[in-house]
Amino acid sequence: MSQTVKVLIPSALRPQTDNQATLELPGQSIAEVLAALTAKFPELGKRLFKTENELNRFINVYVNDEDIRFIDNLNTPVKAGDEVSIVPAIAGG
Amino acid sequence: MILPFESRLSLGRRLKMSYVAHLRCKECGKTYPLTPRTVCDVDFAPVEVDYHYDRMQGNVTRASIEAGPRSLWRYKDLLPIEGQPQAGLRSGFTPLFKAERLAAELGVKELYIKDDSANYPSFSYKDRVVAVAITKAKEFGFDTVGCASTGNLAHSVAAHAAAAGMKAFVMIPHDLEEGKIIGTLVFGPKMVKIQGNYDDVNRLCTQIADKYGWAIVNVNLRPYYTEGAKTHGFEIAEQLGWKLPQHTVVPVAGGTILPKIYKAYQEFIKLGIVEDNGPRMYAAQAAGCNPVVDAIEKGLELFKPQKPNTIAKSIAIGNPADGFYVQQVIKNSGGWGAAATDAEILDAIKLLARTEGVFTEPAGGTTLACAIKLIQSGKIPANESITVCITGNGLKTIEVLQGQFVTAPAIPAKLAAFDEVVAFYEEQAAAAVSAS
Repeated sequence: MSQTVKVLIPSALRPQTDNQATLELPGQSIAEVLAALTAKFPELGKRLFKTENELNRFINVYVNDEDIRFIDNLNTPVKAGDEVSIVPAIAGG
Repeated sequence: MILPFESRLSLGRRLKMSYVAHLRCKECGKTYPLTPRTVCDVDFAPVEVDYHYDRMQGNVTRASIEAGPRSLWRYKDLLPIEGQPQAGLRSGFTPLFKAERLAAELGVKELYIKDDSANYPSFSYKDRVVAVAITKAKEFGFDTVGCASTGNLAHSVAAHAAAAGMKAFVMIPHDLEEGKIIGTLVFGPKMVKIQGNYDDVNRLCTQIADKYGWAIVNVNLRPYYTEGAKTHGFEIAEQLGWKLPQHTVVPVAGGTILPKIYKAYQEFIKLGIVEDNGPRMYAAQAAGCNPVVDAIEKGLELFKPQKPNTIAKSIAIGNPADGFYVQQVIKNSGGWGAAATDAEILDAIKLLARTEGVFTEPAGGTTLACAIKLIQSGKIPANESITVCITGNGLKTIEVLQGQFVTAPAIPAKLAAFDEVVAFYEEQAAAAVSAS
């Protein structure tokens, strides 16, 4: 049985996930989890990725509250029970 | 009855249609109607308010602005509201003055300070963006406003919401300065301290805006909110005698203000209100959180996010959403950037206070410290006009100056004891002169 992680979808992207706010997806790295996500919802993939291996720069991905850019970008490993959040870019205050 | 042309023209002006056109994505150009919106649905890029500049020609002029109130609302025609202002009626129109003593100390010819530490009612540039955001929140029919804040925004939202009779929730990093916390609580908002940095707070606020249907001023009202920052630039131009400074130094946190000041300058140029003298923009950041300046210095197309570590908490945003646009403006205007250490920031706060009697917080110290570096490196010529943008007040961040000053111990109320203190200070001054 492959491990799954919880993926949180922001409201701006829920139209592309049949309005589901959380999904359980398989993968051992962020790249694999997002590949599973875009295989299931191709329209979402077009919004998440600028090119095949490059995330849209206005999308941030976190694993358990840590930005993947501080870990290993798309190669960031994930394990069962991890929480992956997809969040639009941070604006100032 | 058909009115004569002049009467029809005058009637048209009195009935004045709004000049606000629509929202437009800064990346893909998709347009949206004028409703609450955080980002573009297609690519999550920021969206910008567009105006009918053609309709403004001949109507929005120096004279029409000068006829307006002595507040930021004198620039109402260039702000995204449909009706009358409903907040911040006394905000803006802060001092801009020629800093002669500071200029002499730095060896520059013409230095101006634009001083939002004096803004009303909460002593930071945030009163500008909040005045617009709360007016829009009321126009949209919200009854609760909120914000994600590094402190100054929470203070401003709480104050303006109280005056406007709106409920307020303010979300802040848990370790914010005490002055900002108490100064905010007094207005009666609900305050939520988050165990994390500002980026964590903002991330939560996007979820709050989704779930609770509140007007989170810097999230789902962001396109309107950010337009208020232009008024800092409009005022600089008007207060310099309808002239743009050749060099403008601006602190960079999320990356809102700098591009908006530049937009303000460009709007005035487009409307023929000021001449285009090729104004250059400069980004100022703390060395402990300088993603944008680092990208400028290294010529990177995109900045790399950082984890903030600086006393300049109000500009400690490691992943600024508008950072790319700051880079763009710096490049297009021929400007540059600099970063200041915490020690340099504190020195600049003291320098500004000592030479010009203005007490700013670390963000302002950062801006002045970076201006000094840019002048010393020759990036900003010493013989051209420079404006340094001071965005917040030092009384709200007193803690950072702990241990920075030496005073004589307390004395009995006797003249002889006082004479000794005078001698003590004279010795100190002499020691400082020989050390330099």
